[in-house]
Amino acid sequence: MNDTFPKLLIQNAHKFSDRPAIREKDLGIWQTWSWQEMHDEILDFANGLASLGFKRGDKLAIIGTNRPRLYWGICAAQCLGGIPVPVYADSVAEELRYVLDHAEASIVLAEDQEQVDKVLEVKQDVSHVTDIVYDDTRGLKDYPEPFLHDFAEVQERGRKYQKQHPDFLKQEIEKGQGGDTAIILYTSGTTGKPKGVVLTHDNVRVTSLNSAREDKLTEKEDMLSYLPLAWVGDHIFSYGQAYVTGMCSNCPESQATVHWDIREIGPTYYFAPPRVFEQLLTNVMIRMEDASPLKQRLFHYFMKVAKRYGTNILDGNPVPLVDRITYKLGDMLVYAPLKNTMGFSRIRVAYTAGEAIGPEIFDFFRSLGVNIKQLYGQTEAAVFITAQPDGEVYADTVGKPSPEVEVKITDDGEVIYKSPGVFQCYYKNDEATRETKNEEGWVMTGDAGYFDNKGHLKIIDRAKDVGKLKNGALFAPKYIENKLKFFPEIKEVVALGRDMDYVSAILNIDIDAVGNWAERNNIPYSSYQELAAQARVYEMIKANIEQVNRDLSEDPVLSDCQVHRFLILHKELDADDGELTRTRKVRRRIIAEKYETLINAFYSDAARCQVSTEVTFEDGKKGTIDGDIRIENAETYKPLKAAI
Amino acid sequence: MQDTVKEDDILLEVRNISLSFGGVRALENISFDIRKGEVRAIIGPNGAGKSSMLNVINGFYHPQEGEIWFDGKRRHHMKPHQVAKLGIARTFQNIALFKGMSTLDNLMTGRYIKMRANLFSQMVWVGPAQREEVEHRQRVEEIIDFLKIQSIRKTPVGKLPYGMQKRVELGRALAAESKLLLLDEPMAGMNLEEKEDMCRFVLDVNEQFGTTIALIEHDMGVVMDISNRVVVLDYGKKLADGSPDEVRNNEKVIDAYLGVSHD
Repeated sequence: MNDTFPKLLIQNAHKFSDRPAIREKDLGIWQTWSWQEMHDEILDFANGLASLGFKRGDKLAIIGTNRPRLYWGICAAQCLGGIPVPVYADSVAEELRYVLDHAEASIVLAEDQEQVDKVLEVKQDVSHVTDIVYDDTRGLKDYPEPFLHDFAEVQERGRKYQKQHPDFLKQEIEKGQGGDTAIILYTSGTTGKPKGVVLTHDNVRVTSLNSAREDKLTEKEDMLSYLPLAWVGDHIFSYGQAYVTGMCSNCPESQATVHWDIREIGPTYYFAPPRVFEQLLTNVMIRMEDASPLKQRLFHYFMKVAKRYGTNILDGNPVPLVDRITYKLGDMLVYAPLKNTMGFSRIRVAYTAGEAIGPEIFDFFRSLGVNIKQLYGQTEAAVFITAQPDGEVYADTVGKPSPEVEVKITDDGEVIYKSPGVFQCYYKNDEATRETKNEEGWVMTGDAGYFDNKGHLKIIDRAKDVGKLKNGALFAPKYIENKLKFFPEIKEVVALGRDMDYVSAILNIDIDAVGNWAERNNIPYSSYQELAAQARVYEMIKANIEQVNRDLSEDPVLSDCQVHRFLILHKELDADDGELTRTRKVRRRIIAEKYETLINAFYSDAARCQVSTEVTFEDGKKGTIDGDIRIENAETYKPLKAAI
Repeated sequence: MQDTVKEDDILLEVRNISLSFGGVRALENISFDIRKGEVRAIIGPNGAGKSSMLNVINGFYHPQEGEIWFDGKRRHHMKPHQVAKLGIARTFQNIALFKGMSTLDNLMTGRYIKMRANLFSQMVWVGPAQREEVEHRQRVEEIIDFLKIQSIRKTPVGKLPYGMQKRVELGRALAAESKLLLLDEPMAGMNLEEKEDMCRFVLDVNEQFGTTIALIEHDMGVVMDISNRVVVLDYGKKLADGSPDEVRNNEKVIDAYLGVSHD
């Protein structure tokens, strides 16, 4: 049985021999390697590694961007029963040192001079590393170190080694089992040192196979390999799924050229985090504003059509013939050219994950006929925990459990799962393994979520941030905040309510968006504070909150999270004042202390509240801003489940 | 810097050059040489005659007196394009690119002196002309890869930031595959990061292609770091000539260029 990736490679070399396996844009031209050619390259390199003394159980660290030879390194190490350990290309020397040392890497495969320099810098601290192999020779010719090898030179050694030991590699590949460790992926980890997630061939292979079946991926797909090699997503999409389906991975020329390269390749299968889609939408909108009036009118007209029918057509719902024809016309005039500029002409399946995606961004692409779906995954699960099946795509869920994955919600509301992709352990860290994975193989995600009535998983917050209201109902502050922040007028939100009777919210308006609106509506203001206190601004924000409340009332679990009272703060929350982190995350504890009077006022009948806040100016001087802030009540709605 | 520079292996030598414009003596009796494979810097305060010197080497100015020896032969009165054919390429202090053309096309113009096909066969673009263009394009793509400018391959040069334009200009000079590369203030007006990149590229050109480089530069740090030998000019006269260390410690240079208190 072909239960390891090297065995799959041999199978693919027979089955898809001349079909493209990997492409790379080099010197302005796409270079292609067929499965047979890639097979030969990898085997030569594997023999070369063997000649350098690399053996079963040894680790090959791989550092660099998406280059075919680095992907080959992964498989070559696996051929010998070794374990590839990819490292993020932008790791600083210290991070690299940690991973090389912790994983006990014996050989490092580095992309270019930049990476080789980093490895050399830390080499004396990591005793295990014996050799360094590099892909791009530029600038490295005159390095005197005897343990530095050119990739092609190692392959040459491999060919000689093959002549002396003709059956060696074949036997080594035969020895490989599905249960062997296939790869160790270090997770960046927001706290503490990175942890090495150990995945077996079966973990990667079965999840890849299941997800590929689910989306009917075949050898005809093209995918763009542009996300970090050391990230589990890329390992599954560009390596795991490529080997199980025989599809082709395409390596862009450089990170800076991705958006040209994607147009040339026209991938059929694609992954991008939400911010990429967000950026694309912004670019389109900005460029449309510079277009001629005729084009603008066409665009806006047909985007309305797309909004009404596009998603339904994509989901296969019934749509009247006349509207189908209008949509088709729109496709010819607007959608197809637009998709072509973005490189989305051929996309069959695109995924996004990692954080919440704004519904209007999501709908924009879907209405154009780009089949973006959301998934929920983790390194510990070899990505797939849940994904949205075709025809069941919603902006606010992450889909149904993937094949063979069991998902449960604990009593505390935390999402846990069990799947064929569940990792073996954190490398050399049993304590962390025990904390995350229990005896029966259930893995804690650390995320709080629940299943909605369509059987889709909804992730609401990090489990540790989720609390309860006084009546015992679930309170998920970040979920409420994100929902409110999707409105362009609202910049920051702090939702309060843990152990209280109801939820209230402190808001910041977005001075650009609201200021622009105020100018158009002849509302005079001179400062943020003055604008924030305007009655009409309050009205607008109130309408937004009530919209969110209506949505929440339909939610079976979070209907008690409706915002009852809110205020617009007289100053913007600022990292300089300690209210936000430098990455603009709300610091709840500090806000709770600083605005205690406001919070008390929320839970009394007061309609106004006097506050005086200390602020730090950019030159470090301190001052105070006084304000008399209005507290407004928002309409709340009866929960739908109670109404039935 | 190459370790393989041989002292007696001279690529270019100027002997007793004097150049004047009417009554202005731009260069007076200047002699120095450039060895094969070295990075040679020409420094001096404003108006010292650095660019004039480059223009003389380049064949743009013709000195009233003196001789220029290139590659072991004495060079007679020559026009810039003839000098270029001999194997001397240059960049300019004020960028002189075709602003409306893409990076790629600008680099292709650098290949012009290497093209053999005549106008007619280039127009029809068959046979040899086509093969030739493919060959040139290959070479240009290697330079694009070398200078890491893939992402601006098709961008009109006029839209690029200043530091990038400088890099494209270096690329065009490289495209000519010259023996001697003259760089007129390659790092002027750049920020620190751009300067570091440029230094790296200058050294890489020198190492990878073995091209001899003569450069004019104001940034003393840069000059001292990357050049093998430095010649110092002041008011058209040669003040000093030697390794960066020798020049740095030369009294006259310190007075004239690096500055002393005026008391």
